[in-house]
Order: sequence, then C-alpha cells, then structure tokens
Amino acid sequence: MNATIGRLLLTRLVAAILTLWFVATVVFVITNLLPGDVAQELLGQSATPEAVAGLRKALGLDLPPWQRYLEWLWKMVQGDAGRSLVNGSPVAALIGSRLGNSLILAGITALVAVPVALVLGITAAVHRGSVYDRVVGAGTVLAVSVPEFLVASAAVLVFAVQLRWVPALSQLGRLETVLDVVRTFALPVLTLTFVIVAQMARMTRAALVDVLSSSYIEMARLKGAGQARIVVWHALPNAIGPIANAIAFSLSFLLGGVIIVETIFNYPGIAKLMVDGVSTRDLPLVQACAMLFCGAYLLLVTMADVAAILANPRLRHR
Amino acid sequence: MEPLIDIRDLRIRARTAEGQDIEIVKGVSFSVRRGEVMGLIGESGSGKTTIALATMGYARYGCRIAGGTIRIGDIAVTSLDEKGLQQLRGQKIAYIAQSAAASFNPSRPIMAQVIESALIHGLMGEAAAREKAISLFRAMAIPQPETIGNRYPHQVSGGQLQRLMAAMALITDPDVVIFDEPTTALDVTTQIEVLKAFKEAIRDRNTTGIYVTHDLAVIAQIADSITVLRHGEVQEIATTSQLISNPRHEYSQKLLAAAEPALRPSPVTDRQARPLLRVSGMSAGYGLTGKDGMPAVPVLRDIDLTIGRGRALGVIGESGCGKSTLARVIAGLTPASRGTVTLDGIDLAPGIAGRSREQLREIQLVFQMADTALNPKVTIDEIIGRPLTFFFGMKGAARDRRVRELLDLTRLPATVQHRFPGDLSGGQKQRVNFARALAAQPKLLLCDEVTSALDTVVAAAILDLMAELRRELGLTTMFISHDLKTIRAICDDIMVLYSGRVVETMPAAALETGRHHPYAGLLLGSVPALRTDWLESTEAASLQVQGVPPALSSGGCAFFPRCTLAEPGRCNTEVPPFRDYPGGIGAACFRLAAE
Repeated sequence: MNATIGRLLLTRLVAAILTLWFVATVVFVITNLLPGDVAQELLGQSATPEAVAGLRKALGLDLPPWQRYLEWLWKMVQGDAGRSLVNGSPVAALIGSRLGNSLILAGITALVAVPVALVLGITAAVHRGSVYDRVVGAGTVLAVSVPEFLVASAAVLVFAVQLRWVPALSQLGRLETVLDVVRTFALPVLTLTFVIVAQMARMTRAALVDVLSSSYIEMARLKGAGQARIVVWHALPNAIGPIANAIAFSLSFLLGGVIIVETIFNYPGIAKLMVDGVSTRDLPLVQACAMLFCGAYLLLVTMADVAAILANPRLRHR
Repeated sequence: MEPLIDIRDLRIRARTAEGQDIEIVKGVSFSVRRGEVMGLIGESGSGKTTIALATMGYARYGCRIAGGTIRIGDIAVTSLDEKGLQQLRGQKIAYIAQSAAASFNPSRPIMAQVIESALIHGLMGEAAAREKAISLFRAMAIPQPETIGNRYPHQVSGGQLQRLMAAMALITDPDVVIFDEPTTALDVTTQIEVLKAFKEAIRDRNTTGIYVTHDLAVIAQIADSITVLRHGEVQEIATTSQLISNPRHEYSQKLLAAAEPALRPSPVTDRQARPLLRVSGMSAGYGLTGKDGMPAVPVLRDIDLTIGRGRALGVIGESGCGKSTLARVIAGLTPASRGTVTLDGIDLAPGIAGRSREQLREIQLVFQMADTALNPKVTIDEIIGRPLTFFFGMKGAARDRRVRELLDLTRLPATVQHRFPGDLSGGQKQRVNFARALAAQPKLLLCDEVTSALDTVVAAAILDLMAELRRELGLTTMFISHDLKTIRAICDDIMVLYSGRVVETMPAAALETGRHHPYAGLLLGSVPALRTDWLESTEAASLQVQGVPPALSSGGCAFFPRCTLAEPGRCNTEVPPFRDYPGGIGAACFRLAAE
C-alpha cells in the first residue's frame, strides 16, 4: 500500500458517493414526474376533492418539491427510507423481507455463472481460432440475443411441463432438504445464468486474448513454460482488471434487472416489489428500491476498480 | 566439424488477414558451427525473425512451419511434439527478444522470471538458481546485482532490462541463444554497453548464436558469418569480414551502401545565411503552467537556435530529450511557456490558434510514422489536395494538375493518385507525407524522424529525395533524428539536445574533428562503425559511469551523473554557460571552457 494507491482508492470512493448523490437527485425528480397521484390512487375514483387534498396534506405531498427533496435526502443519508404511502409500513421492512430472497437468488446465480463464464472465456482464449472457440463465440452471441422471457418459458416447458423434474413456480416455503433447494432455484438460476454468462465469458476471452498475444507470453512459451503455467502464472494476473469489471457489470444486473425472471417464476424478490410500487404510485418504495439498485451497482463496480488498481504492479510497486 | 544448427529448405507459411495462405519463408538453408554466431540481416518482411523463432520450433499466431528440417545437434526440432518442444525451449536453446520492456511480465518480480526456465526444467533448486542469476547479473555489469531481482520490470531502465533478459536466457547454460534485434529499441549510448555485455557472454561461454538485426554495423561486431535475407529467401551467405569488404550479391551491396549514408552536398554553404527561423529563450513542456511560468512537466529549457535561409539543421538526442517537442513548439502544436519563435523576422504566437493561416502555411511538419499521419480512408489525391484547397483555394483541373506535379516532385508514379495509403509501401507513404507538406509551399519544413521507421535502403532513397528538394526548392529544414549518421548525411549544422537543453551546436563538418561536449563525444563514439573490430577499439563504453550517481541539484548540468569529466561541487550545482569554441562549435560545459 502506498500514497498513490491510497489517493486513487479515495478518488474512486468520492466518485462513487458523488454518483450516488447524483442518482438520488435524478431518482427523486423522475419519480415525481410520474403521472398519477398517490392520494387519488388510494382513495379511488369516487373520492371527493376535499378528501384527496386532506390525504395529500397528511402525506406531506403539498410541500414544495425542493423541501421534500431535502427532507428525503437527509433521511436517506441516515438510512431512513420513510414509510410506504400505500400501507403505512416502513419501506425498510418491506425491502428487508424481500432483499434476502433476491440476494440468495443472486448469490446462487453468481456461484454458478462466474465459474462457468471464466472457464468458457479462458478455454476459448487459449484455443483461439479453434472450432471450440468458434462454438463458444457463436453460443454466447446466441445466449445474449435470446430474450430472457423466452429462455425462462422454454425452461419451464422442458423441465417443468415435459420432464416434470422441477416445479414451474418457486416455492420458498419448503426448503428442508438440499433437493428442495435445487428444485426451487434450478429454473430461475438456469435462466439468469444463461443471460449473464455470455457477457462475462466474452469479456474474459477478449481480455485474455489480448494478454496472450503480448511479447511476455511469447517469451514464457520460449522459456518452455506449459500451457497451464502460461495461463495461470503469466496471463491471468494481467487480465484481472477487465475480467473483474465484466463480472461486476454482469452481477449488478442480478438485483434490479431480474423482474421478468421473478415474474415468470413468481419469485418474491426485490425487482417485483419495485414494479408493484410503481403501479401503486408508492414513491418512497420506488425511490428506495432505485437507490438500492444503484448502490449495489456502484459497490460492485467500485470493487472491480479497486481490484484492478491493486492488481496493477505499476501502482503497487512504485 | 558437424554444424550445431542445421537448417535445410525451411518453408514457413502464413495466413493473411484476407484468409490467403502465403509462403513467407521460401526454402531457407544455412548452418552454424558450435561456438559461432550467425547473423541474419534483412529489412522488414525478409522473414529473419520468423526463421529465428522457427529454430525453437515456434511459429507466431497464424504462421506454421510447412516444410524443411531444423536440427540442433542430434535433435530434429521439426519432428518434436509439443512436450518435446517445451523441453527444448529455455533449456537447450534460449531467446532474447527485441523489447525487454515488453518481454518481461509486468506482474511478476524480475528474479522469478529470470530463474523461471531453470525451475521449469528442474535443472536446479530455487536457491541455487537465484545465486546463479546474481552471478550472471554481475557478469553483465548490472548495477545492484543482489537486489535488482526483487524489483518489477517497470522499475528498471531499458538497457538494464535488456541485460537482465540476457541473464534470463543464459541461466540454463543453453547450447544456442537466439538474439532477435536485442539492441534496436535502445539508445545508441546504451546499445554499446549491451553489445559489450553480449559479446563477452558469448565469448566466455562459447555460445552458439543466431543474431537477427537490420543493422549491418551492429552485426559486424558480434557475428562470425552473415546470411543476407530478402522476401524470405537467402541472397548471400558469407563471413562477416568478407561481406563487409567484398559483398557479392547486388542486394548486399545496396545494404552496405545504405549502412554508411553518403554525404549529400548542401546547396547553401554560407554559414552566415540570413536567418529564417530564430528561437530564443524558449521553454516548453506539458501539464498546467505553474506560478514561475514553467509547465508542470518541463521538457525543453532555455532553447536558442537559428536556422539560416536554405540551410538544414539536424537535431539529435536520445529518446525523451525533447527533440520532438521542439518541432511541435515551432509548429505551434505545443505552445511554448516562455521565449519566442520568430519566422522571417515576425514573432509567432505560441499556439496555432493565434497564428494566421499564412503563418501556418509557412511551417509544415512531416511526422515519423506515415502510417498514422495519413488517413487510411482517404485517397492520396485528397490527402495532397486538401492543403491546396485550404491554403490556395485550388479546385478542379488546377488542383489536379498541382497534385500530379507534387507526386512527380516526390518521385511517386502518377498512378498512386487515386489509391489509398494502405495500397502503398512504407517508402511511398513517407513520400506522400512529404508531398502533403510541400503542397503548402512552406518556407520551413520540420522533419521528425522521417526515416526511422523505414528500412535502410528505403531510408537512403528518402534522404536523396530530401537533398533534391533542398536543391530544387531552396527549402529550409529542421531534421530531427536519433541517428547521427543520417543527420550527418543531410544537414549543414547539428544541435545536440540532452535532457531538454542544448548542450552543443556545431557545423556538420566539425563532427569528426574538434573538441566536443562530453555527451556529444559519447554519442559520437557510440555509433557503431562498419568494421569488425570497432566494439573492441572504441572507448565510448568505458566512459559510462557505473553505480548510483550522486543526486543532481536542480541547478547543475543535466549530464553530470553520466559524465566522466565532471567536477563535483561545480558541475552539479551551476548550469554551465553556453560558449563558442574554435571551429564554429558552441557548447555548454565547464570542463571544455577550462581547457
């Protein structure tokens, strides 16, 4: 650790915080531009204007926007996401009940997808130009291009309807044996893995191909180093930065971007919660979810940046 | 005696980007006896590196060894499988690459890489390997041999890395060492140290070598015999002294002629010619300008120079000395932070934004890499025609006629007019680069390393073109190069830059005679001469100071840490003033002044 690294890491951290603040502002503005009014939505078509006005006052919706913004921002900083406008329970509790589910799904998917992607990317790079490389290349393009609802539907059709190996819907209630866990998560994890592996594998391949065509790899080969040693000892340490970035980018999708998968498998995750919040005009919930997704994204990307900085010998050893 | 390396009818094929399968090495045969060094010389595309790599059973991506046999002792390299090749490489035969900076893995400490092949092949334990590496470092005169292995490649200079790579090759005591242009990326003053280290290592170990280079003078110092290659075919194989004194093949004769460029006569012999360009008190650099008016990263300090009308000034110095920045400052691309640039008696604004179109036209810059300077998506007609329209408003038939005149002036066939840069050879592209600059009818032409990326024979033709242009158009030129021979061939005056300061100016004719600044002397003594005993006889290498130089205080002479004549307490505290000496030489040196 030295001063340069410290300064770089600090810059990344400050940049992340500033980005988060910027996003918070955008989220607040956009959610307030959403058409419709929560008071109207809650009271229904037959509500009198007086009743709507009263509810608006009670919910604090009559205050000027900048005042609501500052108040909201200050509470967010303290970790208080406010109360749901729809049922009055704390947003934190609503999110908390779902966040665990989402993290489990994301975690299992990451555990499956990252190794698969790395193995695919590394082997394709090592056998660049071979039939295997071309099959992996075409396969990953195909996987990226197929919409996830199609993958999910096809998976349900094959594994749930035809083969009857797993249930079509995820039932988180009964998770007693390992088999239960596998049966519950198999389809959503399969679908999500299908979606995110492609990007990671392609980026890993690209980063590694780049490194493998450098002079020092040729030199290692001419010193008599075997393929395994060349990849693990010589090439990978120099490809950590771009690979970490690709992984972070793909994993960040697993929290907020999985709405279709959650809907199809009726999985009680956080993306579904946010969409429900939008349809009921529950602004605090929507804002909190948006901030959560952004925070997770920034966390992952910043971690990848830190990994890249720490992996760079020019920065580590001045 | 049986040859140790025997290559018979070697054929190597490559797949081009368009998917064509072409033969790039066409039946090459040669052999090398134990303890001898074979030089492979040729220009780019001659297949010299491809052949050298094939000796290790290795072909780069897209290439394959398609025919012929390679034997090293009793091993038939061409019939080995992958496992057998791995055992051969690094153990029996080792490789020293062109760029050590690129050939060391940036993520691993140097020592781990140096001893890697010894460990892979299980030749010795790690402790023994380290010890051997340190003794090799000592033999190579690498400073701090005990601790340098703990550093990472980016923490070590280029010349040291090149010697460390030699140690890396020798760690397993290989029978054969392949040297692939190992000094081409180095400054000439560094090259000499590395050459000396190589030569000693080869002699002490009775190493058999293949030495690949494009530089005849370098190979003359190391090789016992030389194979001249062109387009993947052998032109001539001869002993080194035979080739240098009496080359038989026509192409060898051309190579030899280009290695010692003839002096091109100057059209303006009057040293007192009325000055066209005057630069005075100029400092420049990169980054934000500080309170003292100097940029954050100063590159040039207090530069004074004049170029007489019609004359050619050569600017020489090692990489990073600021010579390219000098051209950029004069052209206005990098605004000077202090001082003035005066053209034809008129002070120019520092940046191009402040200069008139007419002033921009009068100074034209020719860049080193024609490949990057010419837009690949635009025809030659458009490249040369655009400045005609921009500066002179030429259109249609008039412009067309002028483009053809310019092509003719730069000795290009009229057929290239409607082709793209990618269709042209390297030398032709550089001519287009000149034609584009000449289209503006400049008063001053700034040439930045215009022959450095070219093969010697092609470069010689470009020098001829420049001499012609000077004679026909009366052009005033500034010619920037790191190559003293090239500068000597084409310039009237020479200016030596070191670390951003002018250390010496002289008429070109005074180069071989007269007393010089110690750095200019070192530079002069470091240029390999085309004879086999030059490396032994030159004293330039012994001028190098080994070990850690004392700290340089900001006010001293920049060359102090490397100077053998330096006077501590004076040279490292005061900036030596610039003075005139007999023979038209001007230099900034206390020692020179004292004599």
